[in-house]
Amino acid sequence: MDASPLFSQDLPPAELLIRGAHVLDPRSDVDEPQDVLIRDGRIAELGLAGSLAEPDDGETIDAGGKHLFPGFVDPHVHLRTPGQEYKEDLETGTAAAAAGGFCAVIAMPNTAPVVDEPSVLRSLVGLARTQARVPVGFLASITRGLRGEEMTEMAALRDAGALGFTDDGMPVTSAGMLRKALQYQRLCGGVVALHEEDPALSGEGVMHEGPVSARLGLAGIPSLSESTMVARDAALAGYESARVHFQHLSCVESVQALKAAKDAGIQVSGEASPHHLTLTEDVVRTLDSRFKMNPPLRGERDRKAIVEALRTGLIDCVATDHAPHARHEKEVPFEQAAMGTTGLETAFAALFTELVMPGELELSVVIERMTAGAELYDLPTPRVARGELANLCLIDLEARYEVGADGYASRSANCCFHGRVVHGRVLLTLAAGAIAFRRPMLVPRESTRRTAQPSVQGLAQGQARGPQA
Amino acid sequence: MSDRMPRHLISIDDLDRTGIERILDRAESFAEVSGREIKKVPALRGRTVVNLFYEASTRTSSSFELAAKRLSADVVSIRSAGSSVDKGESLKDTIHTLSAYDPAAIVIRSPHAGAAQLVAGWTPAAVINAGDGKHEHPTQALLDVFTLRRELGGALDGIRIWIVGDVLHSRVARSNILAFTRMGAKVTVCGPPTLIPREIEALGCEATASLDGLEEAKVVYVLRMQNERMKESFVPSLREYAERYQVNAGRLRPGQLLMHPGPVNRGVELSADAIDSPQALIGQQVKAGVAVRMAVLYELLVGSPMLAAVA
Repeated sequence: MDASPLFSQDLPPAELLIRGAHVLDPRSDVDEPQDVLIRDGRIAELGLAGSLAEPDDGETIDAGGKHLFPGFVDPHVHLRTPGQEYKEDLETGTAAAAAGGFCAVIAMPNTAPVVDEPSVLRSLVGLARTQARVPVGFLASITRGLRGEEMTEMAALRDAGALGFTDDGMPVTSAGMLRKALQYQRLCGGVVALHEEDPALSGEGVMHEGPVSARLGLAGIPSLSESTMVARDAALAGYESARVHFQHLSCVESVQALKAAKDAGIQVSGEASPHHLTLTEDVVRTLDSRFKMNPPLRGERDRKAIVEALRTGLIDCVATDHAPHARHEKEVPFEQAAMGTTGLETAFAALFTELVMPGELELSVVIERMTAGAELYDLPTPRVARGELANLCLIDLEARYEVGADGYASRSANCCFHGRVVHGRVLLTLAAGAIAFRRPMLVPRESTRRTAQPSVQGLAQGQARGPQA
Repeated sequence: MSDRMPRHLISIDDLDRTGIERILDRAESFAEVSGREIKKVPALRGRTVVNLFYEASTRTSSSFELAAKRLSADVVSIRSAGSSVDKGESLKDTIHTLSAYDPAAIVIRSPHAGAAQLVAGWTPAAVINAGDGKHEHPTQALLDVFTLRRELGGALDGIRIWIVGDVLHSRVARSNILAFTRMGAKVTVCGPPTLIPREIEALGCEATASLDGLEEAKVVYVLRMQNERMKESFVPSLREYAERYQVNAGRLRPGQLLMHPGPVNRGVELSADAIDSPQALIGQQVKAGVAVRMAVLYELLVGSPMLAAVA
């Protein structure tokens, strides 16, 4: 962790006893009510519920009936900085992450300017150190200006802190260009993450090509615009012994291509977004631009295939593709609207409500996949275990609420789950040992002991950035 | 008769069969008004209708304007060229501005699907979709059903209708498939496979790439073929398109009815002999436009059976 490639503010380390929460961490094989004592930002002790004494220094949170999970890791967010701070910035974006239970996020480089120069990356790292509430990792672009023509200084970018590379938002259309980047990866390391889309097939498309696009008269993006590129790039990765990660997989054909690549021993991984896991093209019938994203929401058969692939681990992790846009970019006819949905604040609740509650996925699988993004980028995976840095989220699974009713921590409100009634509310997030988010309603229990200064500060900051702020 | 009209007319899906019939019956009475020397009724006197056209249009915009005027409404017609729209004003801001004039109805034509629906969320006025992108053109479908109902002397139940041409880019095709099937007709769409949307059958029609079998149709509804489709490689040439898909006197059997939403590309989708044949209802369609749009305005804005005697 010493030369961590994640960057955030220095927040005071938490001193906290979380009492009696149902701890679920599939990797540590814990699934029972426990007391969790956090000292100096680390998990100092775990014990059966009610077994640990209240700390002399610090506060106690009575968390009976709530669930405590390892903090989530999102390998795919757009924090819009530099250049598009009217949509989001490092402060609001990481506040949204913390409000969603995330203890680390990885930001995409399709900003203005693009993160294609070490100087841009260095300035971002500096900003993160003063503004980011949860640790942020950065990807740099594969090609300059995302134009798909010339390779960036990948080695220098790695030295400046890039976790890996992506042209996300744009595909690397030229197989020759991508091949060179994959060869160069042998020198500089770092995962190459790919937005898979063949522009010759997606054309002017604005939604999935299928019965709904036929009905609405909207130009369609066929599934094979994604899956043919997954197959192509898996072949390139195999040939060059490279390591690639497929971003936001959306269709059954891509799942098949990913399986073929994994079966062939190629070093590939994949992610799926909460919206592709829970929604289909059917919702686009409303022509509500909140449902416009790239890749588009696809058919029910696709959704089922993505869920099943996530269940088996063929798709390795959940990634929100959090893509904030200003109102005026979405309050226009569907074809003109910007592509993307926010997702950080709703990821867990959407998956819990739409997949776990109806029995499509087990809760432990969702928790595992919402934390698995770390390992793909060679980051430590959050664990609820003694000695670990406190990366935790406390969630009330019983809480039922309407998404967006209290506003958002994100600067933008273009959430595809807006207005839905969901279950599962994040109450507390600890990231890298500090309290990153605390829901204002979660007041500390009256303690006979003195409450330590750092926690009070944490509380105040948590409140200041809560969704009601 | 359905006792309630929707507040807006965005899609044919807003109307059930009785709703469609109610509008068509009303249009019959307004058609009679159009035959009078003074073609005016006072139904919308003192109320304002805004026509907002973001796309070039001749027959739709002029017939909406005439329809509103024959109902005695005050009419404001705005075209995007030369207006503040042209100066980059957003649709939402334009609608807020126009809503300040307290219009009873806004009629909107837009190159983008869903525009009318968005407008309906931003204004207290009734909104009528006069064509939104490639999505829908409900008043065209209504006037087509009106024309056919008159010509057939009754219901469309069980008749076969072929829609021929560029279905992919046609809002008329989408609204008409919905309206024709809702009225009991059986619809087949026919055109080059590049111009038939994948899974169009989900709308309740059949699809074919060949004119073979056209003789089964009672009605042949031909769509406009735009020159720009050649450049986009949807079809290799107008010549090849015309050879395979042009509806001409040789391909029409006696008794079939020919329709087209206009404007026609003579010699492309239709031959001159077909256009000028007595089987063609193209002129009747245009004429029906005013009466049907009067009926739509009337039903949305007045609508109550008590006032039916006004016409």
